Formats: sequence, structure tokens, C-alpha cells
Amino acid sequence: MSLPGRIRTTIARIRYSAASIGRRISVGAGHAPYALLLALLVAAFLLNVGIGAVSVAPNQVIVIIARHLDAHLQALPGWEAVVDAGSRLGTFPPGAWMRDWLAVDVTRQQDAVIWTIRLPRVLMGAVAGAGLAVSGAALQGIFRNPLADPGLIGVSSGAALGAVTAIVLNVTVLGIWTLPVFAFVAGLLVTSLVYLIARHDGRTEVVTLLLAGVAISAVIGAGVGLLITRATDQQIRTVTFWTMGSLGGTLWNQIWIVALVTAVGIALVIRSGQALNLLVLGEREARHLGVHVERTRTLLMFTTAAMTGVSVAFTGAIGFVGLVVPHLVRLWLGPDHRRLLPCAALMGASLLLIADLVSRTIVQPLELPIGVVTSLIGGPFFLWLLIRTRRQQGGWA
Amino acid sequence: MSAAETAIAIQALAVRRGGRDLLADVTLAIPAGEVVALVGPNGAGKSTLMAAIAGDLAPSAGSIQLHGRALEAWSPGELARIRAVLPQQTILQFGFTSREVVAMGRAPLPPEDRRQDDDAIAFALSETEALHLAARRFPTLSGGEQTRVSLARVLAQETRIVLLDEPTAALDIRHQQLVMQRARSLAARGMTVVAILHDLNLAMTYADRIAVLAHGALRACGSPWEVAVEGLLADVFRCPVAIARHPVLDRPLVIPLGELDVPVPADVVPAESGAG
Repeated sequence: MSLPGRIRTTIARIRYSAASIGRRISVGAGHAPYALLLALLVAAFLLNVGIGAVSVAPNQVIVIIARHLDAHLQALPGWEAVVDAGSRLGTFPPGAWMRDWLAVDVTRQQDAVIWTIRLPRVLMGAVAGAGLAVSGAALQGIFRNPLADPGLIGVSSGAALGAVTAIVLNVTVLGIWTLPVFAFVAGLLVTSLVYLIARHDGRTEVVTLLLAGVAISAVIGAGVGLLITRATDQQIRTVTFWTMGSLGGTLWNQIWIVALVTAVGIALVIRSGQALNLLVLGEREARHLGVHVERTRTLLMFTTAAMTGVSVAFTGAIGFVGLVVPHLVRLWLGPDHRRLLPCAALMGASLLLIADLVSRTIVQPLELPIGVVTSLIGGPFFLWLLIRTRRQQGGWA
Repeated sequence: MSAAETAIAIQALAVRRGGRDLLADVTLAIPAGEVVALVGPNGAGKSTLMAAIAGDLAPSAGSIQLHGRALEAWSPGELARIRAVLPQQTILQFGFTSREVVAMGRAPLPPEDRRQDDDAIAFALSETEALHLAARRFPTLSGGEQTRVSLARVLAQETRIVLLDEPTAALDIRHQQLVMQRARSLAARGMTVVAILHDLNLAMTYADRIAVLAHGALRACGSPWEVAVEGLLADVFRCPVAIARHPVLDRPLVIPLGELDVPVPADVVPAESGAG
């Protein structure tokens, strides 16, 4: 090789190692985003639990939660050791400061408001936000389309149909569980329908899937409209509020269900992170790289449908979280799904909590539907993102 | 050459789609360690043949074996460890860096090989003169740069069979030569390369064997000098050509005569069997 050629190669190698060292640093610092997002989540959580008609300081919140945990978990083997370790922390200097900070009184009213009303609500918000954001990220990956969100595969419209059916026809067979069960089952059924229509010869065509989702959602929207013509004014009010979403009135036993489905769902999606990366290259390319494309896509579609379905069932339709959060994370940390998915979960949870805080406090004593807040913030933000991207790189690709 | 193992054995392959024969009765044996060029006019079935070898579409009749084992017997994961495919174009919706794209080629490898990822990725990128693009975002690269990064991804996969669909279409002449030389060095290490090429002279210069396809059938298959027959090429491509000798290498050159309306000469050679 000629001398200039050799110099060029050397320079390129140096540049490459710089890039790969940079990558290693950012992977080493790869824990920083998680720490940051976790801190954001904890802050949003404490603020959201503390702020309201009855205001409670963060240290009081911690004390209340610790007391209830202690009461509930005493029977658990090993809990004594945890408490013991916790109290021993108090002997170290920062621990002493912590102990002083946590030596606060809590009124009975504060305790009741936090434990029975706000905590379930806030936990529901965090879990729903995480599930919606991860679902959105996964669907954008499967469809290789930055516009995909959980509404696209029919789960939202299906859930709406189920919910409206339960409300308008006054179905109460399952007591307070009637509406959520109807919404969840209908959401999954409609997703299955969309999937079956798009499936042909054992393969699903992505564009057909998208269009089938759009078409079926339209038909179902019409069905919802038909049902509403038979509704009373009170029912129409209920339907309207349901379609705008709300975390109010969440009960502890609802949390467990949503949390379980969401935790399993997020774990399954994160496990497919590498497959999602390869799917972004293209369906054929992913297969050439050893991905069971059909199996992965089916798994992810129904996992996201279940996650979205269960959160929509209990909180109503909360828009834009699934669309915007993945874009935010991608803008910040790049498109690698192995990092995108867990970060989207944390950020989705935090942002939904912040949105909930805004919805509860901005027009006190009234409460805005949370869907209104997420769309009101999410919509303009998304537009800004679009315009910025167009200016910077002449388009979304 | 007769001692070499058959890497790809295609037997009486037919592909029918929508009532049309895309491929009919193609029989071709490709020994390991060869560079084979697939040439032919648009719509001749080159991409269909490659897709069939890649396992993207199921044949209507006939069979394909890779290293002695029927194609459908390989799982996707196993296939990914034995054959890599360079598509004509890769469209990425999200801004992965070139390095990340090449790293995707390592995904099918077993964990013990993944430990060499950093070296393998750097080597693959330098092989295609794309090392300086490592930190750039793939969607912001030019078409030719994207091809070179994608080729690095294919090289990083370290498979025994490499399928290239028009690898040189978007490249300048230096990088056309570079890509074909990489194909040659893969073959020298015992790998098998199948490339769809529109540039007949690249095929003549670098291939061990050239398969000429027309109307879904194999018209000829042989060494460059064997298929460099004016009548055959003029007939297949409906474009009169002259054959010359490369000024340096002992390889044929195909020169279009610049006229399209002249009648095609009649001395068209009959189709040969492709079995090597």
C-alpha cells in the first residue's frame, strides 16, 4: 500500500477506535441514563403522592409507606433482617441525617389519604405509563414506522367498544370488574381480528396489518357511535370521561392485575430487544440474521395488546404516551432497543405521573382528564419534534 | 475443482407466483470456494433465484441443498450462521450508527465468538473502506456508503456462503473493484460467493463461473470464456455485443456495439447444464 494510503488507513483506524471507545464510555456511562430516569421517577412519584388537597411532605410519604410495608410484610421471612439493616444505617453520619429527616409525625388523615387514595392512583399511573411507552416502542420497531402506537393494532378501539358496550347496555354481570373485563377482552379480540385478516399463508404483511388496523378501527368507531345513540345523558358523560382517561378511583386490587400483566409484558418485550433491532433492518434481513420473524412479531403484537388493553381497561384511553416517549428516548440515547425499551418504561412512568400531577392541580378543585393533559402536552411537543427533525435532516429517516 | 464440496446444489428448481413461472427447471451446482455471478436481463429471475437460495421463498418444485443439507431442514438461526445476504438496499427508519449496523451482523454468532465483536466489526469495516463511517448514522450516508457498510455487516457475519444482490450498483469504480476483490478473497478462504451483477465486465473479470439467466431459465453456465459468446449474450440481453480480451488479465471483455435494432446473430449456443 502506498504511504498516503497507509496514513489514511491509520487515521481511519484511530477514528474508529475513538468511536468505539466513545461507545464503551457511553455504555459504561450506560448506567447513567437509568439512574437519571430512576431519580426522575422517584421525584415524580413523591411529588405526585405528596401534592394535593391534603399536602404531605416527601419524608412523611416515605414514613407512611414504610409503616404500611412493615405492617403488611411482617409475616414475610427475612423482613426482620431488612428492618434491622435499615435501622443500622441510621448509625452512619448520612444515615443519622436521614433518621432525623424521617422523624416526622403523620396525621391519621394524611395516612388514609396517601395509602388508600393517592398511592394506588400514582402506582396505576406509573405502571400504565411504563406499559404504554414500551408498547409504543415495540410497535414502532415491529412496523419499522415511527408513527406506530398502540392505537394502530386495534386494541384501543376494541377496548373502547367493550367499555362503551358495558356502559350503555348497563351490563353488570361482573360487578365493578365488568367494564375493565369487557374493555380488555374486546381489545384483544379486535387485535386478533386485525392480525387474522393480515395473515396469509402463514405470513403477515406489515402494510396490510397497518391498513387492516385502520379499517377495523373505523368500523368499530362507527359501532361505538351507534351504541351512543342509545345512551342516556348520564351514560354519554361516563363514556366521554372514559375516552379521555382517568387515574382517579383506582383500587389496590386493580393495581395488582395491571402491574402483573405489565411486568410480564415489559420483560417479554425487553427480551426481544435485539430481535427488534434486527427487524428495523427489514423483515428479510432480520430473517437472514436468524430472527423467527413471524414468531417474534406475533409475540410482540399480543404482548403489547395485552399491556395496552389492561391499562386502557382500568384508566381509559390515555393518548400520546406510547407515541412520544419512545421518540424522546431515541433522540436522547439512540435507537438501540436493548436500551430504548427499559428507558422508555422509566420515562413513560415518570411522564404519566407528571401529567397526572398537572391534571389534578392545574384547575383545582376540578380535575382534568389525564388524556387531555397528555395530548395537550404531547401533541405540540410532537409537532416541534417533527419540525426540528425536518430542519436537521430533511425528514424523518 | 471437482474435489471441492458442493456448497449450493440446486435441483430442477421451479418458482411459480401468481400463475407465472418466475423460475423453471433450474439445475445448478456451486462448489465451495467459488465466486459465481448471476447475470441476465431485467426480469430474468436472478433475484428470485437468490431469494430461493436465501430461503426467503419456498420453491414450487425442485430442491435446494446447502452443504449437503436440504434448505428447509435448517432453522433460521442455523441458516444465519452459514449464509449471509447483502440486499440491494437497506432502508433504516431509525438512526443506528454504521457501527451498530455492522454489529447486527454479529447477532447470530454463538456467545464465544461474540467476544471478538469489536475486532471483527473494525476488520469488516476496514475491508470495505468504511472504517471512517463507523460513528456516522446510517440513514445519513450516501447510497454507495450504505452499501459498503451493509457489506461490512455481511462480512462480520462470517458465514460460509455469501449472497450479494447487485453489490456494485451504487458504487464508484474503485469500490466496485474493491467489493469484487473482497468476494475473491472470501472465495480464496473457502467461502462461496454468489453475486447478481449487471456489469458483465465485473462478472467476467472476477467470477469463477457465470450463470446466465433468461425468462426464468438457465441459459448457460460456465467459466467467463465459456459464456463470453457474442451470439448468446446478444440474444439473452437483446443487445449486440463484441467480445474482446482484457488488456492485462486473461479475461473476456463484453463491449456493447451501440445498436439495438440489428437482428441477433443465429449462432446462439444451446443451453448448457450447470452441473460442475
